[in-house]
Amino acid sequence: MKILVCISKAPDTTAKIAFTDNNTQFDTNGVQFIINPYDEWYALVKGLEIKEAQGGSVTVINVGKADNDPTIRKALAIGADDAVRIDAEPTDALYTAKQIAKYAKENNFDLVLCGKETIDYNGSQVGGMIAAILDQPFISNASKMEMDGNKATVQRDIQGGKEVIEVETPFVLSAAKGMAEARIPNMRGIMAARTKPLNVIEPAEAENATEIVSYELPPAKGDCKYIDADNAAELLELLRNEAKVI
Amino acid sequence: MSILVYADSANNKLHKSAFEAVSYASQMADGDQVVALVAGEAEGLESLGKYGADKVLHCKDAALADFQPTLIAAALKAAAEKEGAKTIIFPHDLSGKSVAPILAAKMDAGLVSGAVALPDTTDGFVVKKAVFSGKAFAHTKINSEYRIISVMPNSIEKKENEKSATIEEFSADLGSSRLQVKEQKMEEADLPLTEAEKVVSAGRGLKGPENWGMIEDLAKALGAATACSRPVADMDWRPHHEHVGQTGVAIRPNLYIAIGISGAIQHLAGVNQSKVIVVINNDPEAPFFKSADYGIVGDAFDVVPKLVEAAKSMNLDSNA
Ligand SMILES: Cc1cc2nc3c(=O)[nH]c(=O)nc-3n(C[C@H](O)[C@H](O)[C@H](O)COP(=O)(O)OP(=O)(O)OC[C@H]3O[C@@H](n4cnc5c(N)ncnc54)[C@H](O)[C@@H]3O)c2cc1C
Ligand SMILES: Nc1ncnc2c1ncn2[C@@H]1O[C@H](COP(=O)(O)O)[C@@H](O)[C@H]1O
Repeated sequence: MKILVCISKAPDTTAKIAFTDNNTQFDTNGVQFIINPYDEWYALVKGLEIKEAQGGSVTVINVGKADNDPTIRKALAIGADDAVRIDAEPTDALYTAKQIAKYAKENNFDLVLCGKETIDYNGSQVGGMIAAILDQPFISNASKMEMDGNKATVQRDIQGGKEVIEVETPFVLSAAKGMAEARIPNMRGIMAARTKPLNVIEPAEAENATEIVSYELPPAKGDCKYIDADNAAELLELLRNEAKVI
Repeated sequence: MSILVYADSANNKLHKSAFEAVSYASQMADGDQVVALVAGEAEGLESLGKYGADKVLHCKDAALADFQPTLIAAALKAAAEKEGAKTIIFPHDLSGKSVAPILAAKMDAGLVSGAVALPDTTDGFVVKKAVFSGKAFAHTKINSEYRIISVMPNSIEKKENEKSATIEEFSADLGSSRLQVKEQKMEEADLPLTEAEKVVSAGRGLKGPENWGMIEDLAKALGAATACSRPVADMDWRPHHEHVGQTGVAIRPNLYIAIGISGAIQHLAGVNQSKVIVVINNDPEAPFFKSADYGIVGDAFDVVPKLVEAAKSMNLDSNA
């Protein structure tokens, strides 16, 4: 089974969110970057489990610039066989998906695994777009998967519930919590990652369908209004008459 | 010109987010016709008119009895072509997250997911969306000819804009799907968490699953859905679909009541867009108070029963 895992880089969840250049750029000063958690904990580890069970290879792919390389190396340390970086700024999901789909098509992967969304831009876009470009089924928000040869039984979250579906490779899947247990890279993995191939390739010509023109921070919360515990019922009066939410 | 809306449904029932998406389209329409597409069997289609749909296209293709994102995208593409729609609106729920990106790639359209406001067209076509797990907003410009927007649940006021929608049967060549649905487990909750306007949530401060009776009572008395923090779901005190936060579901209710939850940043990521936050915690230093609009410093086992009493006597459960 030839598996492609799409990994994006995201700011650590505790990072302070601030902007520069008149609110047009994310301020990366002091921000620690990690592999997007859904990509690392669920998509990548699931890919490795499938490979361990039935052989094959796991390639990780990232669309991004050279400063992503340490993040990509971490995926190699966790166990991916090799990595590809498409050397372009991933500012638009459709652009990013076109790049990944082109590589996936040229290299005939059986399975493309993504995270359900990136925790910075919260798009939930790239996986479905790759599937559509490749004309393959898209299984979104998968929380369990079992593979038997090229046949997969997948549990996915749908609006209002869950479903169990069956599908044969090739397909594209986006992974959510439950798919796998996060793995911590060990020393051997980290050493091995240094010599595993990380191929940098040039992007294909494509348009950016969207662009971020500016950012905005939410208005600061006013002070918390405290209600005495002995007078708890007063809370409900405030929620009804002041906040008007009940 | 028209604006096309994907009005999603399951088990014969339109989702609440479908009405929000229709309302969003009708508020941005400015003379354009609002056309909603419903895929598969569903009842009450005329009610889409109440929120501004002029026309409902009902695609009853047997293949749409199951949730088949690729086929739904094909139906939407055909409908957009037939109606001359350049803008397509989705709910940003689990249906929209699955179908919108497929349609975007098929139509070469720019997609902004999770919109929290109507588009601003003073300089191009700019849509505001939440980013960094609700810690900021991005104004994103769509430059392509076709545009797709998915609307964050509970972020748009559902304005009634009474129209009598005409209902038309619609069929198109949808192609086929290799994906087979074997089993479906719908949640029993009357109100899916992401659609609820009021949510009562509790954390590890409750000590054990046996203490959730009062949380359910409070939720019932307020007409609210229930949620929980991650450790609570991890320990199986509560079902996983109730887990809110960065790794769980993100919600945006009008009212979020957090009981015995410390307010870790990963928890806040899923709830910080709630309009009003109430925190009940016996530790005055709990970080959650910094994000709260109303707070009670006290023991949940003392405060919650009092709230249940008071809520019952106020008859609040009618979902006002
Ligand atoms: C990468 C990552 C992702 C994560 N994702 C999520 C996520 O999606 N959602 C999530 O919730 N967490 C998430 N977490 C975990 C998060 O960091 C916190 O550990 C978690 O939210 C804490 O849950 P809690 O508030 O219920 O428990 P605790 O932190 O243990 O807090 C319990 C609170 O209850 C209060 N309390 C105790 N007794 C009482 C009483 N009798 N009456 C009233 N109050 C009382 C205490 O003062 C305390 O504030 C994540 C963590 C990581 C590292
Ligand atoms: N720049 C990128 N490079 C590689 N994969 C990406 C990139 N951006 C997004 N992805 C993948 O697509 C998923 C969904 O991303 P998004 O649509 O941005 O929420 C992520 O979880 C990744 O698996």
